[in-house]
This record gives sequence, C-alpha cells and structure tokens, in this order.
Amino acid sequence: MGLKFKKRTIGWMFVIFSVFMICLFYFYPMIQAFILSFQTGMGSNLDFVGFENYTRLFSDPTFLTALKNTLIYLIFQVPIMIILALVFSVLLNRPNLRFKGFFRTAIFLPAVTSLVAYSVIFKYLFATDGLVNNFLETVHIISEPINWITDPFWAKVTIILAITWRWTGYNMIFYLSSLQNIDRSIYEAAKIDGASSVQQFFRITIPMLKPIILFTSITSTIGTLQLFDEPMNITQGGPGNATLTISQYIYNLSFKYSPDFGYAATVSYVIVILVVIFSLIQFKVAGDRND
Amino acid sequence: MTKVKNIFIYVFLSVAAFISVFPFIWMIISMTNKSVDITKGTLLPGTNLIANLKNLFSTYDVGSALWNSFLIAVVTTVLALVISSAAGYGFEMYKNRSRETVFNILLLSMMIPFAALMVPLYRMFGKWTNVVPGIGIDTIVAVILPGITTAFLIFFFRQNTKMFPRDLVEAGRIDGLSELGIFFRIYMPTMKNSYAAAAIITFMNSWNNYMWPLVILQSPEKKTIPLLVSNLGAAYAPDYGVIYTAIVIATLPTAIIFFLMQKHFVAGMMGSVKG
Repeated sequence: MGLKFKKRTIGWMFVIFSVFMICLFYFYPMIQAFILSFQTGMGSNLDFVGFENYTRLFSDPTFLTALKNTLIYLIFQVPIMIILALVFSVLLNRPNLRFKGFFRTAIFLPAVTSLVAYSVIFKYLFATDGLVNNFLETVHIISEPINWITDPFWAKVTIILAITWRWTGYNMIFYLSSLQNIDRSIYEAAKIDGASSVQQFFRITIPMLKPIILFTSITSTIGTLQLFDEPMNITQGGPGNATLTISQYIYNLSFKYSPDFGYAATVSYVIVILVVIFSLIQFKVAGDRND
Repeated sequence: MTKVKNIFIYVFLSVAAFISVFPFIWMIISMTNKSVDITKGTLLPGTNLIANLKNLFSTYDVGSALWNSFLIAVVTTVLALVISSAAGYGFEMYKNRSRETVFNILLLSMMIPFAALMVPLYRMFGKWTNVVPGIGIDTIVAVILPGITTAFLIFFFRQNTKMFPRDLVEAGRIDGLSELGIFFRIYMPTMKNSYAAAAIITFMNSWNNYMWPLVILQSPEKKTIPLLVSNLGAAYAPDYGVIYTAIVIATLPTAIIFFLMQKHFVAGMMGSVKG
C-alpha cells in the first residue's frame, strides 16, 4: 500500500510541471482565443458580438486572399518538394553511386539555415537586378529580367522556390533512412523478373515508403499552413497582398494595423481547424497502418 | 544506355547540390566584398571583410543581439531538456491509466499552430507586465517561457525511455538511491545520446525563432539575431556587405553544430517519426 502510493505520487512529481506549463501556454491561451473570437474592438476595449467575426471572414477580401495564397502554396509546393525529395533519395540510395556523402550533405545543407537568414538571401538573389536574373539572361533563358519580387505571380513562385530550397533536403533524409531499411534482395528479385527501374520505383519503393511519405506530407502541410517567416522577409506579403499568408494576416491584424485581437483570434481558429483536419487524417492513416 | 543514364544522374545531382550550396558560397563571398561589387554580382572573394565586420558591429548592436539569442537558446535548451525528459521518464516508467489520459491530452497541443497562440499569449504577458516585474512584454523571460515545455520533446523522451534498461533502476534502488536520484544519477548519464539529439533540435529552433520574439520584444537592445537580420534585410539603402556578414554570423552556430554532430542532428530530426 505504502509503496504503491509512493509510486503514484512520484509519477505525478515527474510530470506535473510539464502538465502545468502546457496547460498554461497552450490550452489556456486556446480557450482565451476562443472567447476572444466572439469579441471585437480596438486594443483591450472588447465587446461581445456573437458570431459577427465569423461571418465577417466570408466577406473580408484580405482574409480570402490570404487563405487562397496559403492554399496555393500548399497545393503546389508540398507535392513538388516531396517528389523532388523522393527522387533525390532514390538516386542517393543507388548502391554504386559515388560521392554519396557529398551529395547528401550538400542537398541537406539548406535545412541548417535560419528561416529569416535564407529569406533575406533569396530576396536579394531574386531582385530584379539580382543574380538569378543576371544568370538567366547570360545563358539566354530569358531576354528581359523577371520581376520575381514585385510581380504578383512571380512573387508566389519565388516563395515556393524558396521553401522548396529550404525543405527538400530535410525531407530527403527521412526517405533515405527508410530506404536503407528496405531489403536489397527485393530489388534483386524484381530485376531478375525483368522490372525496369521506373517499375521498381512505383511498385516497390513508393509502397514501402508510404507511411513516411504520409508523415512528411502532413508535417509539410501543417508547416505551410503556418507560413510566416518567408513571406514576411522576402516580399512583406506584397505586391498588394499577393503573397500574404494567414499567419501574416493574424500578425498584421494584431500588431501592424490598429489591433483587433478579437478578429485576429477568429482568423487564427481557421488555421487551427485546418491543422486539426489534416492531423486527424494523419492519425487516421497511422492508425490504419498499426492494424 | 546505362552509361548515358549514369551521366544524367551525376549531372542532375550535381546541379541539385550546386543550387543547394550556392547561397552559402554566395553569402560567404559577399561577406568579403563591398556593397557596390555585390550588386554587380562579383563571385570572387574581396578584401572588405574587416571593414564589413567593423561597420556591422559599430552601426548595429550585434553584440547584444548575439548575447540575447545565445542566452535565450541556452536557457531554453537546458530547461526544456530537464523538464521534458523528467516528464517523458515519468510517463513511461510510472505508467497508470490516469497519467496515460493526461499524456494523450498533452499530445493534442502539438496540433496547435503558434500563430493561433500568439495573440492570447501576448495579452497574457501583457497582464503580467504590471504584476510581476521581469515577466512581461519586452522581457527575455517572456521569450523563453512558452518554449520550454513542448509535447514534442516529452513524446521524444518517452519514446527514448522505452530503450532505457529497467535493471539499472532496480540496481539504483538496491544501492539506496531515491527515485529522483535514479533519474539524475542513472537515467541522465545513460541517455546522453537522446539528450544530445534533443539539445540540438531545441537549440536550433530557439536560435532561429522569429515570430514570437518579433511579437513580444520591443526595445532595440533586447532584439535577437533573427530580428536584427530581418531589420537589416528590410533596409531602404542596404549595405549588402554588412548584411551578408550578419547573415553568416546568424547561420554559423547552427551550421557548426550540424557539422560537428551530424549523427545526433539527424537523430533529433527523426525523433518525431518513431512510434
């Protein structure tokens, strides 16, 4: 009895501080944000307005633009990056490839940079008179400089290129470590049966990597939904609001324009809902895998 | 045919490697050049490094920014490791049903995006500003506190504790160590690889953290390195030599950690996949 009691209290002793901290810095603020999302006003003069903030979302062009931009990043960037990362990992996993370590380290290297630092570098490299345009003009791919930062379409492309540069190697490492767990003899057997490398890729590699592809797609999706550092430092959300993301809009609503914390909280619940939906899909599929 | 294919693979990987590494080469070369030459796209190292460094340190408070970032990252890492590893250990070694429920609830916090926490946290620290000195808006403590307990790290340590040999606990008990003694004197030294991996990830995240310090810090002398770099990047008349020098300084610590501890670095990344 005494020992059992002791064991129970000691267990709580180890975890209690963490429980307290997570409640204080995650769950309590989320409850606060929920209450806030039904209020509106400037600064701390807030009044309850019911669902007004939520209906405002649908008629707020800036919010709709931010939502659209965020989803565009998601739809184009995540698949491009995952396919690239898969291709790299498969190539680097070839048994007789030379300079493997060099290629792997080089392609992973972008993942060690700070988001702000690389964003600023990209902003300069992709300036209209920047190095990227210089290079493209020199090799005659383009005849006139592209306005990478100041054109609404190209600005989105720049953001997508930047994120892809930063995260492809990071995701590649996950695939590489899973590929190393696949038994080589499976490929040998496939080769004897006359399967081409393309067939091997789609029939063996992809199915074997399915769980990890899923994991990286979900984490990348959640990351992209929260995109902030890059548009903030490469384009400032511009031109106009062409690259504005939801996170940036929340920041602007709270700290850039005259603060409307209530409406900002409402917008932030949109991200929460999107993230929860995608996370639930992840748990669902991960659960299926364990069965 | 195979030969053509091989050549294609090497060319493809070389181009990818070049694109990946080029911005690093570019920032290091540019750090040594004058602003005018950088605009022209000089790809050769120059002789302006010392001048750039001098300019950077005399014009901007890089010293404080480095110190603030370093202080925040170290304190965050130490506290996060102790607190989260204790929790991971507690959840795994003293299992019971109610704690299992609590653990699952804590995991839910991983789904909460920081953008959603930003406003309520800012208001919370705003309320504390006048109540407790030193823990409010524009304090280093406010930068550190929300980052020291994450469900990810608790989960990471719990997963790693599964590999911790239980015999060692019994041995410790026989030697008369208290339960806390076992944690500090046996568990911690045994799990040093897990701690190294967790430390790298936490340090890096803290060193590179941008959004929360941007929101909560106001006075110039309290700014961190990412805030400084971001400010420099937004300048109307940028001195590129100076800016690239700052970028190299901002990138150096994490790059060094990566090259010295590659194995732990990758282990920390992978921590989120297991289980």
